[in-house]
Amino acid sequence: MSARGVVVIGATSAIARAVAQQFAAGGCAVIVAARDQDENEAIAADLRVRYGVEGHAFAWDAEAFDTHGAFVARCIETLGDRLEGVVLCSGYMAEQKAAQGDWSLARRMIDVNYSASVSVLERFAAHFEVRRSGFLCVVSSVAGDRGRQSNYLYGSTKAALSIWCEGLRNRLYPAGVHVVTVKPGFVDTKMTWGTVPFAASPEAAAKAILKAIDKKKNVVYVPWFWRYIMLIIRHVPEWQFKKMKM
Amino acid sequence: MPEPVKNQPVAGWGRYPVHECREYRPEKRRSIGDILGERAQPNYIARGLGRSYGDTAINEGGGVISCLRLDRMLGFDEATGVLHCEAGVSFSTIIDVFLPRGYFIPVTPGTKLISIGGAIANDVHGKNHHRDGSFGHSLIEFELQLPSGEIINCSREQNAEIFWATVGGIGLTGIILTAKFRLRKVPSGFVTVDYLKTKDLDGVLSAIHESDATYQYSMAWVDCLASGRSLGRSVLMRGNHVGPGGLPAAKRSDPFNMGGRFSPTLPFDFPQFALNPLSIRAFNVVFYALSPGGQGVITDCDRYFFPLDSIHHWNRMYGKRGFVQYQVTVPTAEVQAIVEILQAVAKSGKASFLAVLKKFGQGNEGLLSHPIEGFTLTLDFAVNDRLAPFLRELDKTVLKHNGRLYLAKDAVMTPETFRAMYPRWEEYKALRQRIDPDNLLSSSLSRRVGLTP
Repeated sequence: MSARGVVVIGATSAIARAVAQQFAAGGCAVIVAARDQDENEAIAADLRVRYGVEGHAFAWDAEAFDTHGAFVARCIETLGDRLEGVVLCSGYMAEQKAAQGDWSLARRMIDVNYSASVSVLERFAAHFEVRRSGFLCVVSSVAGDRGRQSNYLYGSTKAALSIWCEGLRNRLYPAGVHVVTVKPGFVDTKMTWGTVPFAASPEAAAKAILKAIDKKKNVVYVPWFWRYIMLIIRHVPEWQFKKMKM
Repeated sequence: MPEPVKNQPVAGWGRYPVHECREYRPEKRRSIGDILGERAQPNYIARGLGRSYGDTAINEGGGVISCLRLDRMLGFDEATGVLHCEAGVSFSTIIDVFLPRGYFIPVTPGTKLISIGGAIANDVHGKNHHRDGSFGHSLIEFELQLPSGEIINCSREQNAEIFWATVGGIGLTGIILTAKFRLRKVPSGFVTVDYLKTKDLDGVLSAIHESDATYQYSMAWVDCLASGRSLGRSVLMRGNHVGPGGLPAAKRSDPFNMGGRFSPTLPFDFPQFALNPLSIRAFNVVFYALSPGGQGVITDCDRYFFPLDSIHHWNRMYGKRGFVQYQVTVPTAEVQAIVEILQAVAKSGKASFLAVLKKFGQGNEGLLSHPIEGFTLTLDFAVNDRLAPFLRELDKTVLKHNGRLYLAKDAVMTPETFRAMYPRWEEYKALRQRIDPDNLLSSSLSRRVGLTP
């Protein structure tokens, strides 16, 4: 039986899958959670076959808020004291233009990216706070660092998520529970396929994420140079920024 | 939301031809059905790691569906050695995961950078074909998504007709989702290799004839610039798996650890002038002279089976215009064809760095599966303006001797040549018309040889 365990939420994204694999390669039991249970099963089976670890597949629907309590309880019951932490990678991005004219798309981004993350992670946070150990690693986005006309509906949900992480980190610090905010730039996933000129591999992103958890980093950009790209973008004065096409 | 697509030029490993394609890369298995259902492109072809040399896995102006993100291992049965996995899993990954547990790929070509889907669609073969047949031989069943969207299981018992159309069927019957096949139990990660230098073609042919039965693996490198009395002079390399007892003392305690390997990258295309008869002759002479003549040389599986994988982008060696790999197989009785081809090549001065000769065992029931009992010769040719007419002449020699070219390598054959070489093409086409009446699956190759309009 694996001595350590983690929960990966939103496990069917390419980054999440690489994160799950790297935890499993280190001997961790992994609970794979996402909406599509067939995919969860495939990913969990892959972890069992490749790494000989426990791999569990739990269905988790971000928008089914009233199921989140039972989901968290089941994770805690399954891994018990072995549960070291949670990595949340779930997210939804609708096309900005479409979402501007369709509240249901904008609302879905708010629900999936912000509300569902808060709903599920506050419950894990409460458990870790009482136990006085554990980590929460939240995949936010560089898009949340500044509102741009091309992507502000998505970006603002990620901005809210990043701010929530800051507050939670502050609250849990005395309990010895660590919160990592991950801000990916371009990573080679379905989201960027065919739209960006360069992208880091999901494996490289996952490696940086595991390292950030291990070293108790607070906010990491993946790949690292996005910290400096965003530093520049954040420092463009607003009177100038509003005239730019970004 | 429509599946994301990337418009880009795509080529096979030979980098000839290069066609503009619309590439998809689904991350969920059900997305394959979604992509086919959208019909956003006129037609589609599945693609794995792109190690087919020519145009089997490219689709000019159409969709290419990369299966690389569908690479989950789904189950392994210790009792039988049967692995169940998705089509995007590579041989390389399987070796990484299973060699330490004492299993190897049952049949592998000269590169491990191929996918399971590609191994089935091209019915790949390796150095052990004379004994173990092609990949189809170890294949138990697979799940196939038909152009209609329906997903069916195919095995020798269930949908057998589609099974044998798909094994070697270059991806035109459906998209392979998952497969089950047997891995081979091996005693270590090493092979003991016996080398034999022969002075001419007769020498290597008789050595193959005499010794293939005692070796699981056998192939010969041929100096294709040698002519006259030396025509076909070769280095025959024969191997068997070796147990820990046969290894040097230092390796016995950890017999599956092949150790690290230096993997340089060829950073740029070789310029055209680097590749000339003189440089190739020099390479061939040096290779022949330096080849070890030893017996019982302990070699790790990576070096023995995948010598070129350690040089990333070795295909740049043939320059910007790419190269064509010409693999021809002739029945045992028609071995004279090998002589004629080697003569033609030696005379033309178009020789390749490496020519490989191997004896095949019996073929299988795959309608378009390449191997037939006989000899197979593989040559590389850099692409230039004079190449096509030269290959057309070679094709005539091959046809005269009832031989055939390997579709996974081919980039130039005509529809007439294809039909003559693969007499079961009509059966194949009839079955395809039944399961893909709208020709939703099509590739640059299938249109070139007339399998799809």
